[in-house]
Amino acid sequence: MIKVQSEDFNQQVEYNRLRKDPSVGAVVTFSGLVRDINQGEQVSTLTLEHYPGMTESSLAEIVKQAESRWNIIDCTVIHRIGELQLLDQIVFVGIASLHRQDAFAACEFIMDYLKTQAPFWKKETNAQQQSYWVDARDSDQEALNKWTDK
Amino acid sequence: MIKVLFFAQIRDQLATSELQMASDENSSVQALLSNLKARDDKWNRVLSNTRLMVAVNQTICNDNVDLHSGDEVAFFPPVTGG
Repeated sequence: MIKVQSEDFNQQVEYNRLRKDPSVGAVVTFSGLVRDINQGEQVSTLTLEHYPGMTESSLAEIVKQAESRWNIIDCTVIHRIGELQLLDQIVFVGIASLHRQDAFAACEFIMDYLKTQAPFWKKETNAQQQSYWVDARDSDQEALNKWTDK
Repeated sequence: MIKVLFFAQIRDQLATSELQMASDENSSVQALLSNLKARDDKWNRVLSNTRLMVAVNQTICNDNVDLHSGDEVAFFPPVTGG
């Protein structure tokens, strides 16, 4: 299941949805939150812009690639858009699999691809109410490279 | 016609979110880019960013892709979601 939404999500609801099939032996979930300090600035709010249509199709493609590499029984990706506050949830990735190895790897793979391929952009507002676009990190690109080097 | 979209910093810097361009003069992403850069110094500077990303019909691609009437082309900076 892939969702791009402004509303918050509930971890317990998403976790329960991933453990409905009796063959599931492992569920790995990741959630990303709005952090107080980024690139040395005190963040007060975060606004997420996206490219409607391409966002959903690129997430679907990322999940399809993960499904071709690992044994995945079920998968959920939720990404929020719009204005968020400190500690708000931004993203959720949940993987249900037979065994933990596939679930851990697929979850990390999906996050690494999402951060470099899915068309979302973060704009931060600092404590002085100045807004600026967040720069892409080289470390995210390097994280992606480890999956293509293999 | 070709629909051209700009997102995030690129949109802000160009003060433009969407344009329509004639398909006969923009038969590839490369041609479209050089026509857009020729508008003025600002467009040239913003679209010369080496980290500029391009998507044609909502799939990330490179400058060599051919364009046809009805295509949707988007220019945007490196993505920062997650």
